[in-house]
Amino acid sequence: MKAEARAAALFLAPALAVLGLFFFLPVVAGFALSLTDFDLYALGDLHNVRFIALHNYAAVLKSGIFWTALGNTLYFALVGGPLTVAVSLGAALLVNAKAARFKPLFRTVYFAPVVTTLVAVAIVFRFLYHPRFGAINRTLVSLGLPAIDWLGDPRWAMPAIILLAVWKNFGYNMIIFLAGLQTIPDELYEAARIDGAGVWRQFRHVTLPMLGPTFLFVGIVTAIGYLQLFPEPYVMTYGGPLNKTLSAVMLMYQEGFRWWRMGYAAAVAFLLCLVIAAATALQMRFQERR
Amino acid sequence: MKGRRGVLLLHAALIAGGALTLFPLLWMLSASFMANGEATTFPPHLIPHAATFAQYRQLFVRLNIGRAFLSSAIVAVVATLGSLLFNSMAGYAFARLRFGGRDRLFGLLLSALIIPAQVGMLPLFLMMKGMHLVNTYWGAILPALASVLGIFLIRQFMLSVPQELLEAARIEGAGELKIYWSVVMPLARPVLATLAILTFMTTWNDFMWPLIVLSDQRRYTLPVAMASLVGEHALDIELMMAGAVVTVLPVLVLFLALQRSYISGLMAGSVKG
Repeated sequence: MKAEARAAALFLAPALAVLGLFFFLPVVAGFALSLTDFDLYALGDLHNVRFIALHNYAAVLKSGIFWTALGNTLYFALVGGPLTVAVSLGAALLVNAKAARFKPLFRTVYFAPVVTTLVAVAIVFRFLYHPRFGAINRTLVSLGLPAIDWLGDPRWAMPAIILLAVWKNFGYNMIIFLAGLQTIPDELYEAARIDGAGVWRQFRHVTLPMLGPTFLFVGIVTAIGYLQLFPEPYVMTYGGPLNKTLSAVMLMYQEGFRWWRMGYAAAVAFLLCLVIAAATALQMRFQERR
Repeated sequence: MKGRRGVLLLHAALIAGGALTLFPLLWMLSASFMANGEATTFPPHLIPHAATFAQYRQLFVRLNIGRAFLSSAIVAVVATLGSLLFNSMAGYAFARLRFGGRDRLFGLLLSALIIPAQVGMLPLFLMMKGMHLVNTYWGAILPALASVLGIFLIRQFMLSVPQELLEAARIEGAGELKIYWSVVMPLARPVLATLAILTFMTTWNDFMWPLIVLSDQRRYTLPVAMASLVGEHALDIELMMAGAVVTVLPVLVLFLALQRSYISGLMAGSVKG
């Protein structure tokens, strides 16, 4: 027994050292950092760091740019999240349909964007969105519709980023939905059919309720991921135009690693962490209630 | 879906969805073989008039993208090998060895899954700076050497290894290290393949941490190099598409070759919910 515990310590040591040193310690240190005025001068000489309690949080909450970034991030998550989940469910239903042929092929095709490198496909979309030469505007114009300055127009930049995110991510949720759909027993659909329920009512009264736990998982994972929006605006708009695509993580990056106001940036990071925790708790509460 | 019309409609939707999904990737591939300026001509065309490797040549010869490719490969391969070893050792201990506080410790690890990595990035950078690891491959590799999801994945698999097998090895006098290496690891091949492809893709595609820790151009990984190139070459569409192909192709090919392992890994990650 004792030998076993000693062996366990040996087996655990490398992984726990990595996680402790490079994840848990920095997270705790991040909170400590947010209570200091760590900046460029401190980077040069650590004696310049002072404890300033919650001053950073007060400064962040008072600054307009934080609320802009948080608002943009919530816009992205609240519009892009449900849209992604809806497209995922639609794709899962199509692929899962009894009459569908070549299911593995379609599943693979729909899933392909998930494995691609976000930075690379963001660059591809940057050109697809080009106001004159981009495939999207060329299609719009050929249909007689007005061209849109996707990434240059403050109203359209975030929707453009949302479209990219939906394209990139729906395949992942689709796989989760497919797994959920396959656990629904056929008898339930048969019983519904005998009761005279059509396709729509079967979906409404059998599929949707049976997918409850899947929705919770997909919702939480999507929300956590989307609230950390960063590479898409970094590559496509660098937060512009007019800060309309500046996300919370991007604000943290700019403050912390461009201007080296690391105490301030750490406060931004922890406030975002609170938002993510709240979004997770909210969805769990909502699911419990139903 | 009843009747032939329903079936037809279903397949029309499936094909339309597939075409929309593939279009950006196919266009990227096609434009990468076009000559300078060809992607912006009117009327638009989707297939290059005369396919050329000129963009790839410029990318590798003048812009030295091969160096970034090598950086990406080094970081992803070392991180993958290391995480296979570290995560499998920890997963084995959590699944098959008895020690005090085991379940509490494991629960604590799982709770880390909801903490976003960015929260620790500022202090992590300062730590790396203190250890002189900024601008080194190790700076990008070390944090990826173990992951909670990886430990979880291995543990779930190892729970299913029959106890009699381990007991038999113990009776024959094998030590824990020997049991782990010659009894358990060979059995765990499928889950190790899953973990390998998951880790490789995550590190290959990662952007934010390499962007922060690698500030010297000569150490850039592909995503960081591409993000910096697109600023200077904003209008060289064909060139940037060739760069995107070079970045995406390895992971896409790997996925197509090993998709069963990869998808089962993602699913295993989802059942914990």
